[in-house]
Amino acid sequence: MSAPLYGLVLTGGRSSRMGKDKAALRVGGRTQLEHALALLAPHVARTFVSVRSDQRADPLRGKFEQIEDTRENLGPIAGIIAAQERYPESAWLVLACDLPLLDAATLEFLLRARAPQRLATAFRSSRDRLPEPLCAVYEPASRSTLAAYVARGQHCPRKFLMGADVHLIDEPNPRALDNANTPEEYASAMSTMGEAAAAATRHVTVQYFALLREQAGRGTESLVTAARTPRELYAELAQRYPFSLDPAVLRVAINSEFGDWSAPLTDGDSIVFIPPVAGG
Amino acid sequence: MTAPFSFSRVPIDVSALRAALADPACGGYVAFEGWVRDHNDGQRVRHLEYEAYEALALREAERIVAEAVVRFRIAHAACAHRVGDLAVGELAVWVGVSAAHRDEAFRACRYIIDEIKQRLPIWKKEHYVSGDSGWVNCERCAAPHSHEHGHGEPGAHP
Repeated sequence: MSAPLYGLVLTGGRSSRMGKDKAALRVGGRTQLEHALALLAPHVARTFVSVRSDQRADPLRGKFEQIEDTRENLGPIAGIIAAQERYPESAWLVLACDLPLLDAATLEFLLRARAPQRLATAFRSSRDRLPEPLCAVYEPASRSTLAAYVARGQHCPRKFLMGADVHLIDEPNPRALDNANTPEEYASAMSTMGEAAAAATRHVTVQYFALLREQAGRGTESLVTAARTPRELYAELAQRYPFSLDPAVLRVAINSEFGDWSAPLTDGDSIVFIPPVAGG
Repeated sequence: MTAPFSFSRVPIDVSALRAALADPACGGYVAFEGWVRDHNDGQRVRHLEYEAYEALALREAERIVAEAVVRFRIAHAACAHRVGDLAVGELAVWVGVSAAHRDEAFRACRYIIDEIKQRLPIWKKEHYVSGDSGWVNCERCAAPHSHEHGHGEPGAHP
């Protein structure tokens, strides 16, 4: 009988270069964590979120089944090890949470190419030809080898794959595994998604409050726009209305949640530009 | 349990909110009331107008209260905020906290009102005795300069 395949999204990184939690960044109207879980779901029997112990109560991660790291300061390999310890009989489809361009076709390609008799199946990076450890299948047989590797004081998952009996395949989409560790990389990924959608227009609703409501002369409107992001939408509206507020002092909400100025706009989105607040 | 945060178009019913915080396990209760003041920044204020993006404010307020409960281990907290026109002297915002001991209640109450002021999408328009009016924190942050205002904190994602 073959091993069950479970899915794991790694979210234990410190996001220090990004400056904010990468799992919570938005991609296509949802968080990167939700994006990764949605990609996994069709292929696996169960999905889990890998967390550090101090992330357990985080509301974003708290909605999902979690596997807590059992070792500290090891980086992503700690998440894989904790998952294998919890369910040693399972194979694991492991994803980083910061792969905004990862698409369903790339994952399907990985799973079709999977070689269960090897320790793992992974992509070879289109950039440096080295294995990509954070979008890969780890077979149950890899557990003892991986544990021994860590016991030797090693914790680079890429080097682990370089030294193990691993099936490596080429990426069908060379940008699918671009990870976004910094605000610049995230913006670049968002603009790649934006380019693909550039020809399209979308239908959005904008609600105005306070000073912006007065300057727009209306509380709400529906419009068809070619703007790809809230930033572009604000610039477009500022052409039409005498907005005095610089976007730098505003925040943006997408579908009643704080959002990112660079997030791609999706058909049906409801957008609010939030002037400086003064409650209380 | 009642919602931790509500908006009201009519005067806030403090006694009902306070009663909902009562708990035999609590020995301390602290409340904060924010009132409409007759002056601001050297101008005489005649009345105020509050406006809110309620859908997002309610979500964010729930997060603030949940944070306070975890951080200060209080038993209960509730808040209410007026929207619409308010006269000088009226109650604009109310925060109440009950806890086993007073110290947590004081600290949590302070935390909640401070976060409400910083994070909730609520706006205040002052109407002055002079006949002028203005949206607080918005009139001086017109383009092009920015980031120097010590308010609103566009970048401060909770």
